[in-house]
Amino acid sequence: MDTIFALASARGKSGVSVIRISGTRAHDVARAMAGSLPPLRQATLRMLRNEAGERLDSALVLTFAKGASFTGEDVAELMVHGSMATVAAVERCLAVDHGLRLAQPGEFTRRALDNGIMDLTQVEALSDLLEAETESQRRQALRILDGAIGRVVGVWRRHLVKAAALVETAIDFVEEDVGNFDTQILAELRAVEGGVQSELAGQRARERIQSGFEVALIGPVNAGKSSLLNALAGRDAAIISDVAGTTRDVLEVRMDVGGFAVTFLDTAGLRDTTEEVEAIGIARGKARAEQADLRIILHPADQPAMMIETTDRDLVVRSKADINAMPNGISAHTGQGVDRLLDQITERLSAMTARDGVTVRERHQQAMQQAATALTDAIDKIAEGDYIAELVAADIRIAINALDVLIGVVDVEDVLGDIFSSFCIGK
Amino acid sequence: MKQYDVIVVGGGHAGVEAALAAGRMGAKTGLVTFRKDDLGVMSCNPAFGGLGKGHLVREIDALDGAMGRASDYAAIQYRLLNRSKGPAVQGPRVQADRVRYRDAIRHIVAEAPNVDVIEAEVTALELEGGRVVGVRIGDDSALLAKAVVLTTGTFLGGKVFIGDRSFPAGRMGNAASTVLAQQLRGLGLPMGRLKTGTPPRLRSSSIDWDMLETQPGDDIPAYMSFLTNHTIAPQIACAITHTNPETHQIVRENLSRSAMYGGQIEGVGPRYCPSIEDKITRFADKDSHQIFLEPEGLDSDTVYPNGISTSLPAEVQEAYVRTIRGLQNVEILQPGYAIEYDYLDPRALDLSLQLSALPGLFLAGQINGTTGYEEAGAQGLVAGLNAACMAFDREPLHLSRADSYIGVMIDDLTARGVSEPYRMFTSRAEYRLSLRADNADQRLTPLGQTLGCIGDGRRVAFEEKNGRLQSARAKLTAKTFTPGQLRNAGYKISEDGTRRTALELLGLPGFGFDVLETLEPDFKTIDEDTRAQLGREMIYAAYLTRQESQIASLRADEARAIPDGIDYSAINGLSRELADKLSRSKPKSIAQAGRIDGMTPAALVLILARIQAVGRRESA
Repeated sequence: MDTIFALASARGKSGVSVIRISGTRAHDVARAMAGSLPPLRQATLRMLRNEAGERLDSALVLTFAKGASFTGEDVAELMVHGSMATVAAVERCLAVDHGLRLAQPGEFTRRALDNGIMDLTQVEALSDLLEAETESQRRQALRILDGAIGRVVGVWRRHLVKAAALVETAIDFVEEDVGNFDTQILAELRAVEGGVQSELAGQRARERIQSGFEVALIGPVNAGKSSLLNALAGRDAAIISDVAGTTRDVLEVRMDVGGFAVTFLDTAGLRDTTEEVEAIGIARGKARAEQADLRIILHPADQPAMMIETTDRDLVVRSKADINAMPNGISAHTGQGVDRLLDQITERLSAMTARDGVTVRERHQQAMQQAATALTDAIDKIAEGDYIAELVAADIRIAINALDVLIGVVDVEDVLGDIFSSFCIGK
Repeated sequence: MKQYDVIVVGGGHAGVEAALAAGRMGAKTGLVTFRKDDLGVMSCNPAFGGLGKGHLVREIDALDGAMGRASDYAAIQYRLLNRSKGPAVQGPRVQADRVRYRDAIRHIVAEAPNVDVIEAEVTALELEGGRVVGVRIGDDSALLAKAVVLTTGTFLGGKVFIGDRSFPAGRMGNAASTVLAQQLRGLGLPMGRLKTGTPPRLRSSSIDWDMLETQPGDDIPAYMSFLTNHTIAPQIACAITHTNPETHQIVRENLSRSAMYGGQIEGVGPRYCPSIEDKITRFADKDSHQIFLEPEGLDSDTVYPNGISTSLPAEVQEAYVRTIRGLQNVEILQPGYAIEYDYLDPRALDLSLQLSALPGLFLAGQINGTTGYEEAGAQGLVAGLNAACMAFDREPLHLSRADSYIGVMIDDLTARGVSEPYRMFTSRAEYRLSLRADNADQRLTPLGQTLGCIGDGRRVAFEEKNGRLQSARAKLTAKTFTPGQLRNAGYKISEDGTRRTALELLGLPGFGFDVLETLEPDFKTIDEDTRAQLGREMIYAAYLTRQESQIASLRADEARAIPDGIDYSAINGLSRELADKLSRSKPKSIAQAGRIDGMTPAALVLILARIQAVGRRESA
């Protein structure tokens, strides 16, 4: 397998950029550039030079041995200063001077997979880690790498094996006087169904950790929504003017709020209008705000009555506090209250994600949805009584197969093993 | 020196089906057995079929094997197990008269085309150039063949245990095949020991039948063979009795005298067929176990007490049996015994049941680690067909998990091996809703016709039945109804605007043929059997549709063959443990590899990648 390299941290300006090299020549090339290599797994400062002996950067050099590295191959990591020019110079040295190949997207991970360093779930979680923009995404990705999925779903697995064993006993060992297990089968299935349903309920918030939350700014025209957006973003993202109805379309700004990826939506101010384009903008803004995770309703200090109906998930703030001196209000101009608003948003988002869910990816959700449906089918059949046992068995099998995506395979031997250890089978 | 196309060694259920199948294929076949009289002998319980096993019998029958017809001839009680459940898990079962069964098999073998029965002991396999080219028999003459099927049952290295006594035997009263066993061991093939047990045989006239609960057969029998249309032998009832604390006490006190518990036996016994010693030890809290008293035949004074197999000394057997209700004065005709025998790790076989390392040699039955007449017969059938295919230089028959229980069994055996004697259960078949006993002919007879193992009688009967089914299906599919039409006719139906075929209606609650007839009088012409068959199909319609894509992907994975001799230890990243498992089980396809215990998606990706790499290299 040839030796590959790539920037392992996010491309762009940053404090430190990590360039990862993996393959049989990784250590040799790193040694050639750094002069000498520190002991394995000890990050040490070295001056990196190209083949002409020119200094590239002073960098932390870290090596891992084959079998004990991210990819399972010999790996070297060069932590250089995060300027585009420096990274480019090091990459050029690796490619041109040493003839290494730039890795394809995901190739490190693929090698880790091919070398048996990780399974597919871990690979998936890892891809999240690599893309993690924020702290909370990383925490969640790490939790999966740790095998948390296996632990939760492992309990479901035991219930399902038991339920399957009981149903199959009634089918395959009808000649044995083993009795009727409907009550127990129902209990086993309901336990899993409940668990799966509650996982699914926690899904939306957790998906948001992946994709980011949406927070909509709404309010009447000229409430200062766009000013607030700019204050939050620290740049002029939105055009602001004193002319009411300046914002026509929904404007999105993505940023990190207390560790959460948040997309703020600036919407057209709400008012009755005869202007067609503005009316469309208002309708569109309303629709987006409806689907947002959180609505921040701006109530300008210079307007006495609240015109917008609010719900529990809304945060109402008094804006333009600088005009009408309001201690708890905010002002995009003076910055008053902006930090407090960010704290409030963080608090709300934390509450939404507080459920300790463990599943992340879309496919996990689909798998659980499928399992939940099959379990409900099985439960309904048994609860109705006089059911066709092999159809209940088929439902359970569908649920088990669906959850395989999460936990691995439940085999007929697992089911038979449970039967033979629980019942005295055999004439 | 005699030249055959196929030689079959062994005249048990596997051997008989193998020889008959090869003969039906037109292969000149020699069936070598110790004693001609032993053809078709039932050495264990006097019954055929049951759950999973009944499916196997129907499948053997669908490929024109003998077991179904012979067991119908011998049947003295019919019971369809799971009658109250759906058709997919109903298992036809019969109590069989030993003498009648043996007579039926002897008759079928005698009438069979191309089959010679040779009475001899096979002492060795004839090898030439790494192939099996025949067998050497007792008088040291050789029988040559293009393919040999070995069906040695428990005779290979067989050893019988009664209490602390033990002696070599194939079954009680028959010599074991020790010479052949030695040769096979010498070939360095992966072998192991398994055990099985039998109960004491009781004298019927010494049983107090009047005080026992009886179990009669079904009023409407479900026949084992698709060709049978009436009950042949007189019918009898069985009886049920139970062990009790006193029985358990005696067994417990004598456990150390049991061959199985005294440590004389190294072989592994089946968990689903425990000896009475096992039952009492492992399920100590149960103070009673069920026993079925099964008469061994119409004119036989022997009863087989199903449920108390044992290897205790004869006098202990007598003592505990007499504690049982109805058996107070019972006379033991033959004590129960355990038998330990050699088996060959079936992972060494390919999907045609040929030994990969020794071309020309096919194995079937208990030698592959299975138990049961039905499992043996089914393997014999496949081995016999494939031996004939080899003799004629034709493509082998590989059955799939998606088309038959036989396919499930062979796949399980060749991919996973056995850790105890392998027995069929319906739960082993993931597609059991479509692999039903009632449609075995629909699934397999056409396959058999293509292969050439279906006799004229069956062909005509099948084509006639199939014709009726197809025409009824066509009628029911051609006629469609709107919800409005159904409502106007006075039937409840969801008003979803969907036009439904009559066949689809049949799958809905409340739409039997009685209703369909009122909608379309032409349906009255559909006969009862066809109606029943279509009704059974439609019960599972929704589930079967859902399974189609799974079956398609299974077949795709089955088609991704893993070449022989792939070096798993050279696959980078495959764990040592998994590489070892793969090397041992030699999966024949990605589908088989995927079912290996501990297999990970990542590892499958690796293997797939490796196959692709090999493929690329070879095509480059």
